[in-house]
Amino acid sequence: MTTKDSASTGAGPSLDVSDSEAARQAEGQAYFDRIIGLDSRIEPRDWMPAAYRRTLLRQISQHAHSEIIGMQPEANWISRAPSLKRKAILMAKVQDEAGHGLYLYSAAETLGQSRDRMMADLIGGRARYSSIFNYPALTWADMGAIGWLVDGAAICNQVPLCRASYGPYGRAMVRICKEESFHQRQGFEILLELSRGTPQQKQMAQDAVNRWYAPALMMFGPPDDDSPNSRQSMAWNIKRFSNDELRSRFVGMIVEQVEVLHLTLPDDSIRFNQDTGRWEHGPLDWNEFKEVLAGRGPCNAQRLERRREAHESGAWVREAATAYAAKQVAQHKGNAA
Amino acid sequence: MKAPASTSGRGTGATGLAGGDSNASATRITPGNALRPEDIAQEVRAGLAKPTEDVAEYALYLADDALILAQRLGHWISRAPELEEDVALGNIALDQLGHARSFLSYAGGAWNQSEDDLAYFRREPAFRSVHLVEQPNGDFAVTIARQFLLSYYQFELYRRLTASTDATLAAIAGKAVKEVDYHRDHSAQWVLRLAGGTDESSRRMIHGLRLMWPYVDELFQDDDLTIRLAEAGIAVAPSSLRPDFDRLTGDVLLQARLEAPDVPAAPGGGRHGRHSEHLGYILAEMQVLAREFPGASW
Ligand SMILES: [Fe+2]
Ligand SMILES: [Fe+2]
Repeated sequence: MTTKDSASTGAGPSLDVSDSEAARQAEGQAYFDRIIGLDSRIEPRDWMPAAYRRTLLRQISQHAHSEIIGMQPEANWISRAPSLKRKAILMAKVQDEAGHGLYLYSAAETLGQSRDRMMADLIGGRARYSSIFNYPALTWADMGAIGWLVDGAAICNQVPLCRASYGPYGRAMVRICKEESFHQRQGFEILLELSRGTPQQKQMAQDAVNRWYAPALMMFGPPDDDSPNSRQSMAWNIKRFSNDELRSRFVGMIVEQVEVLHLTLPDDSIRFNQDTGRWEHGPLDWNEFKEVLAGRGPCNAQRLERRREAHESGAWVREAATAYAAKQVAQHKGNAA
Repeated sequence: MKAPASTSGRGTGATGLAGGDSNASATRITPGNALRPEDIAQEVRAGLAKPTEDVAEYALYLADDALILAQRLGHWISRAPELEEDVALGNIALDQLGHARSFLSYAGGAWNQSEDDLAYFRREPAFRSVHLVEQPNGDFAVTIARQFLLSYYQFELYRRLTASTDATLAAIAGKAVKEVDYHRDHSAQWVLRLAGGTDESSRRMIHGLRLMWPYVDELFQDDDLTIRLAEAGIAVAPSSLRPDFDRLTGDVLLQARLEAPDVPAAPGGGRHGRHSEHLGYILAEMQVLAREFPGASW
């Protein structure tokens, strides 16, 4: 998923450029504008405005970080999954998220930044990731609520991104969306099983839905009137729908599914507005959202520390792999000579 | 809350959730055929496959090695040295878990128990795992050393077990051997990389092998059960795997310029319920939730 809160699109620094450079820029800009006008795709070698590149790099790397940090709350339950089938499904899911991170880091690398650098920014606390993963996964039912609500919100967010104007991003999203829909269904099944189980199990499911509902709605980013960068992203065909539009769609989807679950959403203001054609929901605590985003959430320190620990204690392994590969190349050259 | 009439459908068909195989995952590598643990459980329930007491006990040997190893490897997911290894170790853990589930489902047929009854409600002495799989993950080199030894052992075992006169064991082994072949390749590649990488990685690889080597002998110990079943063409005598194991692991070690550690062997005993100190903790964690809600369905 993507955090919509931090994409800024300020103009690049103005440079003194020669006439031929200026002509090249103008030609590039004209090509870029034509591609965007045709709703076609920009590819890595194409000319693109510096601000477009910066915006995409920020969005895609944040998205990648979210996949990687997002592995943690669920990995927390792999060892305790209450049946072997659920253990297998959960392992496969968390493993999928690592794959999503890989696709997205690769897409971001086409914009000219290395995975190492992005990882360093993440563990150095200089990059953001979706604030939802700073909440704790306290019970087994959270595996259901996360799949159903968090992966569900991710799908609503990401399906339109399959048409994003930047080719590598759109193509990564196509692969990811297929898997996210499995994840959502598996989460739904966990909740359904709990809801049909003992009263204690049903209570566990309801408690998890109560805790994850509002953070999941906030995954779509701040309300439209507080999301200054959305307009530019939409003009560039990166973003296709506003935060509130996507949120409303998501509410419409889960309001129906929660009835099948025989559970409730912790929001009695949900209604369909015939005039606007949109689903409405109760107020969300945007102050809490900003606090968590600013690092003051329940698990921020824990999540970053875990990532830092894995990255740093794996450094000698990565160094060994690099050194070994270099020796192989050298040996191959020696043999060839 | 109010829903517009057009979207008030009921039942899972109206939820908009995708269908398909619940285990599906695009990052998953499954070189094996489509034999799933559920298929084995189905056969057992339908009375098409029913193991004798001996065969069920032997299936537990195989199941528990795979299950405890999967539990150990699962810990790496989200903690691996690089993302590619989160995926690779996750794949191996999933394969092992799949094999464990198939063997458990089959074994359970002898006692009218499910895979989960056996995994979650047996106590420590009833487990049949070897000490090697119970060993802590340690650093990445320790995990690779354990994986290297176990996958070469499992490959030789499953390869022969495909010819078992017990059709179910042969079928499970037929799927497993293809997957374990990949596990072998994965761990051998890492042994070469770590041994030939940097001074530090070489030192750690040597240390990892030293730590795991005492538990190799147990893999190849025959007992009354395996001798009896091997004579009937059902099982493979563990001792018969040793020459190929030694030769093939020896080839990799030679290529890596490593020597088999000269360390004393531990006595083992896992097959008869005498485990390492580690197993109790592994089971405590694995079983806690299931035991909190006995009889619940998940
Ligand atoms: Fe994902
Ligand atoms: Fe997901």
